[in-house]
Amino acid sequence: MIKELIGKQSEPVKNTVERGAVKKFAQAIGDPAPIYINEAAGRNSKYKRNIAPSTFPVTFDFGSISELKLPNKGLIHGEQSFHYKRPLLVGEDVYCHMEIKDYVEKKGSNGYLGFLILNQYGMDTNDALIFKEKSMIIINETVRKEMLV
Amino acid sequence: MSHIAELQQGDSLKAIQLDPVSRLDLIKYAGASGDFNPIHTIDEEAENAGLPGIIAHGMWTMGNLAKLFTPYIEEGFIQDYTIRFRKMVFLDDVIILTAKLLNNDTELMEFRVAAVNQHQQEVMNGVVKFQCYQD
Repeated sequence: MIKELIGKQSEPVKNTVERGAVKKFAQAIGDPAPIYINEAAGRNSKYKRNIAPSTFPVTFDFGSISELKLPNKGLIHGEQSFHYKRPLLVGEDVYCHMEIKDYVEKKGSNGYLGFLILNQYGMDTNDALIFKEKSMIIINETVRKEMLV
Repeated sequence: MSHIAELQQGDSLKAIQLDPVSRLDLIKYAGASGDFNPIHTIDEEAENAGLPGIIAHGMWTMGNLAKLFTPYIEEGFIQDYTIRFRKMVFLDDVIILTAKLLNNDTELMEFRVAAVNQHQQEVMNGVVKFQCYQD
């Protein structure tokens, strides 16, 4: 039962905001602005260096919760939010972990749908919060059965 | 370029119309994001999942929308960005990205944001709270 996993957290994983990854990501979302990819523009900016786009944390490894085996297919991303204390800086290390925040099942037209809330956190090297992410993922009955095998 | 803090309640940022969604857009996003769910790139996998064709990653659209705010990144930053995904985005869809100011607070500006397809349907919508630097 996924519900029994509420409150479980992953061990933090160190991620680095890599220059090349930021450039590739900024290009992939059609936002290759100098503040993200040009070193001189970063140096001359308010931030004194380059920063990363706000949705860049999707590239991070947030660790894993061994009991939660989410498949690569069949999930529906329902909602997503980011909360930032400050922008992510290119080159910095971020310690990322996740937490199973909530799980409920509701009856839909095709059986019961599962609604999983995952919180993800990015901390700086002093363990201060940089950002928090919340994802709502919808899991249908077929996928849920496969997860239990 | 005008300053974001000069906007009044009810004003909108300049909308951006994306080029029609292409397979290459989604392949690039899969590679850059690490999301290789094949319903975003491979026709048969999308059809096996009961879809009429491949669909864009929700996060591709969400990532794209944030660029409405990039011109103002020296004046503040996106503090909160909350989205609900409402409809799927298919190949060749033409998406328009919009942001409208909801409040009259020059420190924490709250925008209603949306991505609208060529059928005038909101494929996603939500809120951006833009924190302006006060110095």
